[in-house]
Amino acid sequence: MSVKADLVIIGGGPAGMSAAVAAYDAGIRDILILERDTSLGGILRQCIHNGFGLHRFKEELTGPEYAYRYELMVRERNIPFKLNTMVLDITQDKVVTAINGEDGLFEIEAKSIILAMGCRERPKGALNISGTRPAGIFTAGTAQRFVNMDGYMPGKKVVILGSGDIGLIMARRMTLEGAKVEAVCELMPYSGGLARNIEQCLNDFNIPLMLSHTVVEIHGKERVTGVTIARVDENRRPIYESRQYIECDTLLLSVGLLPENELTKSADISLDRITGGAIVDQSRQTKIEGVFACGNVLHVHDLVDYVSEESEIAGRSAADYIKGKTTTGKDISLITDGKVRYTVPQKISAEENVTVYFRVSDIYRNVRIVVRDGESILVNKKKQKVAPGEMETVTITADMIKNIKGNTLSFSIES
Amino acid sequence: MTRELTCIVCPKGCQLKVELENNKILSVEGYTCKRGLEYANTECTAPMRTLTTTAPVVGGGVVPVKTDKPVPKELMLECMKVINTVRVSPDAKIGDTVIENILDTGANVITTRNVKV
Repeated sequence: MSVKADLVIIGGGPAGMSAAVAAYDAGIRDILILERDTSLGGILRQCIHNGFGLHRFKEELTGPEYAYRYELMVRERNIPFKLNTMVLDITQDKVVTAINGEDGLFEIEAKSIILAMGCRERPKGALNISGTRPAGIFTAGTAQRFVNMDGYMPGKKVVILGSGDIGLIMARRMTLEGAKVEAVCELMPYSGGLARNIEQCLNDFNIPLMLSHTVVEIHGKERVTGVTIARVDENRRPIYESRQYIECDTLLLSVGLLPENELTKSADISLDRITGGAIVDQSRQTKIEGVFACGNVLHVHDLVDYVSEESEIAGRSAADYIKGKTTTGKDISLITDGKVRYTVPQKISAEENVTVYFRVSDIYRNVRIVVRDGESILVNKKKQKVAPGEMETVTITADMIKNIKGNTLSFSIES
Repeated sequence: MTRELTCIVCPKGCQLKVELENNKILSVEGYTCKRGLEYANTECTAPMRTLTTTAPVVGGGVVPVKTDKPVPKELMLECMKVINTVRVSPDAKIGDTVIENILDTGANVITTRNVKV
């Protein structure tokens, strides 16, 4: 089977659905969403807590509710989607190879592709913890799926390594379901999660957050029987004397998310070393014309609301590309000073208002976000506090872009 | 007495400073919206939380549910016990009420997705 489509969207989570709806509303009809899971919705299906949609819908929704709103938008427009469908390969000529139980192996020649595959959790293997490898070690997201979708509790006495939002959310979730969460250990001197989650997920239940602590050894033969934790010094090296043993049957890992870019790599699209996602311009176009990326496959977002916003840009841009609209403008690279870790987009090639998203590499207080074109300052924004866990934005206006003299815009954090 | 709070109303997580005297609020600082001020007031008098969890479905499996309005924070674990005893119909749709007025809080427990997807 070989078919053609104007737009193939890989992934039916919040990014893929938002992009599909935006492309449809921009006049594209020949769209196909390919989703590997059994229903649309992506990771939101297991994020049963609330706090989604405050920006987008001005109300507080749970993950499944947010996903359902977008699923309805997709269904109302009759945008076609294939579930249980795994995309195996994409090429530079925009040929998508996929497989499912109904169609078998098939190829689609697409005019445009939107990459919306989301991200994965960093696994245990990447951590180099010594000790045994018994049952009872899960990523926080795997545990979340077990509890929230399958209805199984993965353990009763829990230690969580990493204080990313999923880890914090799971600390509360496991506690509500009757488990005892002994501690959340965080290697860094600050949490990577949102302040509200530390408050309502840990403090509400008196769960200790141990900053500058890590798990140095896992104990147990068949099943986890405990972990040894230790304080770390300023170079993040464990301090031997501070070792302490915590009895537990479960270790959850919430140690970061990685954009899932195997397909992106197979099309030889260049990735940003820091975000782990494709390098894109303001339209979210990758280095291949007509191939766009959005959502957590591009860079890991804090809020699904921002994923939707970004994916709409990708959807509209794909529609413009399919309709043959091109933008003109010189290429401007966005560069960072190290305190700003990365920006998305990484370059701007059109004279239009561009919202630039970025993250900082440490907690900085009473600083200014400064954007410069050579010596001249374009943006100078005061901030009481910036933190790695919270994405920042600045808007570069069309006027600013029109008047840029150099080929770069530099982003920095200054006091 | 001064209480420092992290507002949980939205992901911004504003740091609030509340001046209290004999459990009466004298002043609130640090909020950046009306809801933040309300949060500071209820948090210092009668803290409330929206509870999200799952409920068992007849014939197996679970469906995500939430309280349709916040319930007193100290009743969360009691609410969990009640929710774990219900059996939701396999035909339940998103928004259906599973438990009315749980523990007299005035909040209903509703499903947050269709049981059948």
